[in-house]
Amino acid sequence: MKTQNLTKGGGIVVVLVVAVLFPQVFTNPAATNYGVLALIFATAAVAWHIFSGNTGYISLGQAVFFGSGAYTMGIAARDWHMQATAVFELLPLSAAVGALIAVPFGLIALRVRRHTFIVVTIAIFFIFQLMAFNFWFTSGSNGLNSPFLSWAPVPYNQNFYYIALACTVGTVVVAWLVGRSRFGLQLRAIRDDEDRARGLGVKAAQVKLAAFVISGAITALIGAVWFYYLNQVQPQTGFNPLFDLTLVLMVFLGGYGSISGSLLGALIIEPLYLWINTQPKLNGYNEIMLGGVFLLVVLFMPRGIVPTGSEYLTKLRTRGRPAVSPSTTIGPASSSPSAPSVSSGGAR
Amino acid sequence: MSALLRTEGIKKAYGGVQALNGAAIAVEEGTVGGLIGPNGSGKTTLFNVITGYERPDTGEVWFGDRQITGFAPDKVFAAGIGRTFQLTRIFPRLTVIENMLIAAQAKDRPKNLLAWFSRDAWTHHRKHAMELLEFVGIERHADVLAGSLSYGQRKLLELAYVLVADPAVILLDEPAGGVNPTLINMIADRIRLLNAEQGKTFLLVEHNMEFVMGLCSTITVLESGATVVSGPPEIVRTDKRVLDAYLGADLDEDEDAGPEERKAEEESR
Amino acid sequence: MAGEITRQIVNGILIGGVYALMAVGLTLIFGVLDIINIAQGVLVILGAYLSYSLFNKAHIDPFLGLVITIPAMFIIGVVIHWAFISRLRGGERTSMTLLVTYAVGLIIEGILYKIYGASNVSLQPRYVNSSVHILGVYVGWVYIWGFILAVALVVILYALLYRTRFGRSVRAVMQDETAARLVGISVNKVAAITFGIGVAVTAVGGVVFGETNAFNANSGYDLISRLLSIIILGGMGSVGGALAASVFMLTLESVVTIWQPNWAVVVYYAALVIVLLYRPTGLFGQKAVRAQ
Repeated sequence: MKTQNLTKGGGIVVVLVVAVLFPQVFTNPAATNYGVLALIFATAAVAWHIFSGNTGYISLGQAVFFGSGAYTMGIAARDWHMQATAVFELLPLSAAVGALIAVPFGLIALRVRRHTFIVVTIAIFFIFQLMAFNFWFTSGSNGLNSPFLSWAPVPYNQNFYYIALACTVGTVVVAWLVGRSRFGLQLRAIRDDEDRARGLGVKAAQVKLAAFVISGAITALIGAVWFYYLNQVQPQTGFNPLFDLTLVLMVFLGGYGSISGSLLGALIIEPLYLWINTQPKLNGYNEIMLGGVFLLVVLFMPRGIVPTGSEYLTKLRTRGRPAVSPSTTIGPASSSPSAPSVSSGGAR
Repeated sequence: MSALLRTEGIKKAYGGVQALNGAAIAVEEGTVGGLIGPNGSGKTTLFNVITGYERPDTGEVWFGDRQITGFAPDKVFAAGIGRTFQLTRIFPRLTVIENMLIAAQAKDRPKNLLAWFSRDAWTHHRKHAMELLEFVGIERHADVLAGSLSYGQRKLLELAYVLVADPAVILLDEPAGGVNPTLINMIADRIRLLNAEQGKTFLLVEHNMEFVMGLCSTITVLESGATVVSGPPEIVRTDKRVLDAYLGADLDEDEDAGPEERKAEEESR
Repeated sequence: MAGEITRQIVNGILIGGVYALMAVGLTLIFGVLDIINIAQGVLVILGAYLSYSLFNKAHIDPFLGLVITIPAMFIIGVVIHWAFISRLRGGERTSMTLLVTYAVGLIIEGILYKIYGASNVSLQPRYVNSSVHILGVYVGWVYIWGFILAVALVVILYALLYRTRFGRSVRAVMQDETAARLVGISVNKVAAITFGIGVAVTAVGGVVFGETNAFNANSGYDLISRLLSIIILGGMGSVGGALAASVFMLTLESVVTIWQPNWAVVVYYAALVIVLLYRPTGLFGQKAVRAQ
């Protein structure tokens, strides 16, 4: 067990070092660009996992938060006329807006389960896209622009790379904290048997909503970062119907239900997607390929890389050892001591 | 001694089927009660009504001097009534110990936001949970995913985690169903132990007559949603109405059989 | 003004009938297979494009062309089911199949985009602009033909469901899949055929939609968001609910369009929110989403 933890810790350190050094080694701004966008999606994927991975409620409405975060910053930039880098300090505002939206959104959507829930998230997404096109304060189809943020002399891309990296690391930490806590346990119990969990006293409605709000706030935040990086947002890019399906593909490819899986999926798919966009021969095939890859993953590798991979590793490690067979080991009936005191913490 | 748990005149219909028709049961504190009856007599429905998974059309459920009719399952659980299910309901993707902790945390509201995320508060819950796992004999599997347990082990897990919250009354839905004789004995043993040493009250639904007759001090027989007879095992096992309920009222050829044959027939069910 | 409202109401009812057909297809698929076919919107567009190609290349009138497009869509539906949906197993099956249909829809959209490009087209047979005088308003012939056809097909579907052996099998599977298997019903066959039927009806929707709207490969989103709201409002799995909700919502939308053409579609979401807050199973829904 100890060696396992050590290797895990070591692995994390290595990954972090690689991540930090990446733009220093590959100084080409195109490479850094891949990094920035990959990390932005990685953050969104882990944020998705915090809610959907833990509770089993598949949300296809994360674009609602992503776009709202972007638009919040855009509207702030336009109406408050703030100077360049000062605008960046508004980032927490986007998270707050995300959280605010998540509350009514969640209260409505979480009243239903399974695929009705999914459908509701899709419907809410369409509303938001519609609002972005039609509300007076969103500048309609023209979209909004952001001021160009530069912390010279550090190159533009590199700056955003480290910002995105900070977001990703922060989100992973939050996801990890949630996962090992009582809160996370309740979420996962809801995933397995919500009614039984309720029957045992878990306040399912509150717990689900809390996770949904956390997930929404983070996604809104990273949407704002994305907006500043690209300097613009339009209704169809901020509220992109392909966003959520891409996110789900990333998580399923990497491994649904695990933080590392969500990360891995994003870090594989996003650079791939970007590279494909640069190939003129593949132009216009975006949707077909996204749908196609998605189908391949779902039909042939539904559990994703991380669980399948770790199973394989476990097989390698335990080669030759006899299996622990669960059915043979129930304590002998006669040797049990008297019943333990059932009241918590009480003496016998 | 007034009954710790009792129901009065429960009626419940599903469409055209009257599942419960005036079912009444009373369980004295500190006893092990049994609820038997042929298939379709309404035993599980009565359980569901008591524990809040169904609402009765009319009737009352009393727990001590509180009426708990129509309480939601979590309120019933919080009031001190635990319950297991016929088809075991555990959390398959959580480990065995985590299953226990879910039941444990319900009664322990965290004091502040930090407590939500910390694990320290769990240390004493964990200890208590392990003790219970030892009690039912599956402590070796504490870190195994509950979904990989065998059926018998799941039953033990369910029993253990129902005990975590220290309920006063425990309702067991077919605890001996589908498990091997050694395990049945062990389960009966545990129930006896908990009842004798801590005065826990039990109510079992069971088809296994040997199990019920050997363990319960009071047995209530249900038929077609109503109570037929209620009393100690010796009375119930020879009551003609019970035999009729199980065997059908018009088995004239068996009237010639003496009381021994009838007993043997009934016990072999 | 009153004339305008009457016209919109009449139009709404007529279009509602056609949407009802598509919604019934969707709700049947849900009832039998327990999945939500997100691709339904795109499939309508596919049907519209098929009719378009038949009309432009072979000069076959879209309504007459249904003789070809309905079976074609049926086959496409069966193939989709066989290729992607029947292979899904496991506990997360229902959510996964939703994602799968989403992905399939995406692929179809991409293919249509590649073949037909981004520009808007519509079906323009000679009668597309002619109208008839009813109840003091002018109503387009297209709407009337579409409505009659939709009603006829719904009646046929009802007859199929309630008067044939196959229909009995379908209803049996809707109620209890395991029990249906136990009595020898080939659930897979029933599922495949039902899916095929659910898709086949989109051909009619495609014709009416194509003759009354300019469309392109991306037009499916508008359709599916309406259809989803309709079946949730009507109650998922309820054929009658789908009918009632379609007519109601389309009429409502048509009337609201008089004042707010851009925002009329919001009525769907408003209805969705209201239903979810007060009656999550929908107006006529009895089939509660099965606990996993």
